[in-house]
Amino acid sequence: MTERTSYREAVAAGMLPSEESHRALLQSIVDVARAIFDAKAASIFLLDADADELVFEAISGEGEGDLIGMRIPSGTGIAGWVLVTGQPIVIDDLSRDPRHARETAASTGYVPKSLMAVPLVNGETSLGVLQVLDRSTDRAFSLGEIDLLILFANQASIGLDLLQTSRRARAVADLGEGGPAVVARIAALLEETEDETAGLRLLEALEAVLARLAS
Amino acid sequence: MSERLIPAWSLTAEAAGSIGIPAEWPERVTRGWALDGATGEGVDVCILDSGVDGDHPLVGGLESAVAVHLEGDEVVVGPDLLGDVCGHGTACAGIVRSLAPACRLHSVRVLGEGNTGSADLILGGLRHAIEQGFEVVNLSLSTTKRRFAELLHELADAAYFRGTVLVASAHNLPVESYPWRFSSVISVGSHEGTDSFEWFANPHPPVEFFARGIDIDVAWAGGSTLRCTGNSFAAPHVAGLSALVISKHPGLTPFQLKSILYLTASNTGGPT
Repeated sequence: MTERTSYREAVAAGMLPSEESHRALLQSIVDVARAIFDAKAASIFLLDADADELVFEAISGEGEGDLIGMRIPSGTGIAGWVLVTGQPIVIDDLSRDPRHARETAASTGYVPKSLMAVPLVNGETSLGVLQVLDRSTDRAFSLGEIDLLILFANQASIGLDLLQTSRRARAVADLGEGGPAVVARIAALLEETEDETAGLRLLEALEAVLARLAS
Repeated sequence: MSERLIPAWSLTAEAAGSIGIPAEWPERVTRGWALDGATGEGVDVCILDSGVDGDHPLVGGLESAVAVHLEGDEVVVGPDLLGDVCGHGTACAGIVRSLAPACRLHSVRVLGEGNTGSADLILGGLRHAIEQGFEVVNLSLSTTKRRFAELLHELADAAYFRGTVLVASAHNLPVESYPWRFSSVISVGSHEGTDSFEWFANPHPPVEFFARGIDIDVAWAGGSTLRCTGNSFAAPHVAGLSALVISKHPGLTPFQLKSILYLTASNTGGPT
């Protein structure tokens, strides 16, 4: 991250909505995905690129509330395969895969019979994986179901991208005593001040002085 | 496995008479001519994926298995000590075996090391598979990383010119991904039928063919079978069909093979 970007992200951090509102967006996506497919559960994994692990970011249904923050390796298992290959997959009769049954039971206490998984991609960056577990079998499965899941995945990708941008911006603001942190604090104070006009006039005067220094 | 040919950059008048290519093509290319009696015997098919469980009864043995991993920044190919880290590679191998029972299957594992560096491993694994001279390589994977596109493109063209058929599963996500978009590979999406010998030529590329990709009982890890759906299962159907055609008509180039698949597709030549 360049210093110039840091300052801009610092300003953004001072004005961004809270982490909670992004979480609510992701929760809404998994809730709706679960409802559309009449499924027992839906979840979003976010890739932690530094640790190279997948993190449970949002869950609706079975495991809700207990599993947020749980981590799994990004290179193995079905979610890892979907993340790395970028290919959506639908699997039925999962309980017949002994390794999957053992691993998921150990981590979630719940072994799904079926799974739909689609990669979450923003541009060329892999962000994570959206899964729908135990969809209703009342209607015949078709390729249209995957297309529908992909539409949701696209929405989830946008949500995840916002979340990650927000976290990066917040990390800049939380750097401590550095320049970007000061800028972020000014942005936050400006938002909170009752006399915003006076604050803006002061900053405009400062801008004029800095512009003269820069020229 | 085919030998590397020496490229010719021009054609002299004397040489023109000596490069006759044996043409034993029928007036009409039919499925009977292309496939009847074919078993895949003598054809090497590589599964570039999560590894393959060679002991699975539906896979029926592997000729070779290697794994690609990173040592620092260097891509290294070594013996595969883990086998299938997901189950998907075993599924693809089983599909190829079900169509081409006598082919020789090889596994190049490019997954299992996490997301970091995964595109490097796919590139390294593909380069290795092309160097081995496998006639068919199944790629049920893709990368969205733009900086790898040019290298992948060069590899796909190298495979095309030396006679290695790359079969790649197409994406149905609204993102740019590779290598399935390249014209030097055979790209495959899914149709909703349940016949493994039904395939369609797509008049509206970049996806070139549609093959069986829905509700397939596939081999999976630990000797199990699962019912699966996805384009990644359509690709090995075309890889298996390719092995059949090549076993009956050795020496076909990827260009010729793609033409045969086109001429005998269910919506062109049909099952005659």
